[in-house]
Amino acid sequence: MGLYSSYYTYGLSTFITVIVALYLVFTGSGEAFNVGQFLEESSPYAWASTGIGLCIGLSVLGAGWGIFITGASILGGGVRAPRIRTKNLISIIFCEVVAIYGVIIGIVYSARVSPVNETLLYTRENYYTGYALFWGGLTVGACNLLCGICVGIAGSTAALADAADPDLFVKILIVEVFGSILGLFGLIVGLLMIGQATEFTAAASAAVVSPYVH
Amino acid sequence: MEALLFNVDSGFLEGIVRGYKAGLLTQNQYNNLTQCETIEDFWTQLSATDYGNFLANEPLPISTSTISDRATQVLVDQFNFLRSNAVEPLSKFLEYMTYAYMIDNVILIITGTLHGRNTNELLQRCHPLGVFDTMPALCVATNVEELYHTVLVETPLAPYFRDSVTAADLDDLNIEIIRNTLYKAYLEDFDAFCQSLGGPTAEIMHRTLAFEADRRAINITINSFGTQLSKEQRAKLFPTIGRLFPEGNNALARADDVDQVRQACEPIPEYRAFFDSGPGGSSGGGGASRANGGAGSESTANLLGDLGDDLGGAAAADLEDRFFVHEVHLNKLAFLQQFQYAVFYAYIKLKEQEIRSLTWIAECIAQNARDRIHDFIPTF
Repeated sequence: MGLYSSYYTYGLSTFITVIVALYLVFTGSGEAFNVGQFLEESSPYAWASTGIGLCIGLSVLGAGWGIFITGASILGGGVRAPRIRTKNLISIIFCEVVAIYGVIIGIVYSARVSPVNETLLYTRENYYTGYALFWGGLTVGACNLLCGICVGIAGSTAALADAADPDLFVKILIVEVFGSILGLFGLIVGLLMIGQATEFTAAASAAVVSPYVH
Repeated sequence: MEALLFNVDSGFLEGIVRGYKAGLLTQNQYNNLTQCETIEDFWTQLSATDYGNFLANEPLPISTSTISDRATQVLVDQFNFLRSNAVEPLSKFLEYMTYAYMIDNVILIITGTLHGRNTNELLQRCHPLGVFDTMPALCVATNVEELYHTVLVETPLAPYFRDSVTAADLDDLNIEIIRNTLYKAYLEDFDAFCQSLGGPTAEIMHRTLAFEADRRAINITINSFGTQLSKEQRAKLFPTIGRLFPEGNNALARADDVDQVRQACEPIPEYRAFFDSGPGGSSGGGGASRANGGAGSESTANLLGDLGDDLGGAAAADLEDRFFVHEVHLNKLAFLQQFQYAVFYAYIKLKEQEIRSLTWIAECIAQNARDRIHDFIPTF
């Protein structure tokens, strides 16, 4: 049953895509599907803001996810072994740090966003800044999402292991520390990605690099 | 992937049940308990463990049955706590666990009603985990036909009854056959439910339930020697989810003596050990002597074939006890994986085993049978 439904889903979407594409080609409007036009027409502000939003959003999603995974286990394990509750707050803090990475990057990125008159916006440098903020934000967000889940699952196991045997806590904490470093990698790369990107600046003259922008 | 969302619904309860598991008696505590001279000593030792003062309000000459009852009450309270906090699908899983006890209770009530026993006495003897709201209604029935229809309407076991038992079957002679037919239907249904959950739950529960199925198949075979149960009837009682299924089950269905049972189990390395030590005849003889008792699994005397115990080999290894040892082993394995439901099943089974061991030790102290006091099955 699952097999059929997944095949049908893929088949139906592929079918519709092919029909639409063929319709565009055979009615002489094949150029309506134009990636280059889309990239040049869309405002660098849209790219930058989406990137910042994804960065903080995905980071908080990862942190929240990790905290509920860990938190549920700490609460459950803490009923019979109350001594684990304080020690295992470290796991919660590790998850929380992931969200803080997102906040830091969000603040750094938003410093690059400054108001520019729309007619003077579409320059080579501003396009670059927009794309750098978008993909940088996506990188940091995805890294932090996975890092948060990773630390959360490791933290949940650490809490239950600590409840069963106090000697295990420090050993498993090391695993968790390495997990939480993964988010730091995303943070560093995210900073490097916008190293060359300048703040949004107005063009000297009304220089528009794209023929698609009015 | 189950780690991503398991804790949303069941993380808290998993933590709780692992906390309970940490409270199971350890080897050290068992050693202390076996040193006790009197039941009062035993009681004092127990109150130092996770049981606390569960016997505090009992009048002083404490009988072993009181200890057993109170300990079971502790287990039931814990189970009810888990159950009342559980949401789907864990609540369904826990409900499935109670069906096994319900089957025993319903069979007990049917037997009692057929013999015209006192209703209240019957209800008191039922296992508290298998109690359901409409159970007293079963006792109202006066004849077999009525009883059958009450069971169909009132119990959660109705699907198992409907598919496997007819009203004509409900008489004295068939009662063990009915129990085993129901249990077969129950095991297969439970296994199918666990498979539908997927992930490690399916994997671990299948391992445990497959052993349970094989154990029942072997017990049925051994207990049916020398009875009128025909081989075709016997084959119908074997659950089809075990590791012996299908070729082992076929071999068991054809078996005429214990030696053939041993041969049927030969392909499974873990099962080979059950028949290993000593001549096959003597270890099997121990199992066969428990005629009809095996299916009830209510034996309180659990002789462990402890290899380190060299009291002149007095503690002869019993097949039933080797099954228990293996079951404990499988249940302990369930705790090695997180984010799955099998820990709930494993904990209840381990706790039951612990209560059986406690009762055995208390019984040995009460009857002053100190040479056999070490023949219990330790859990951790």
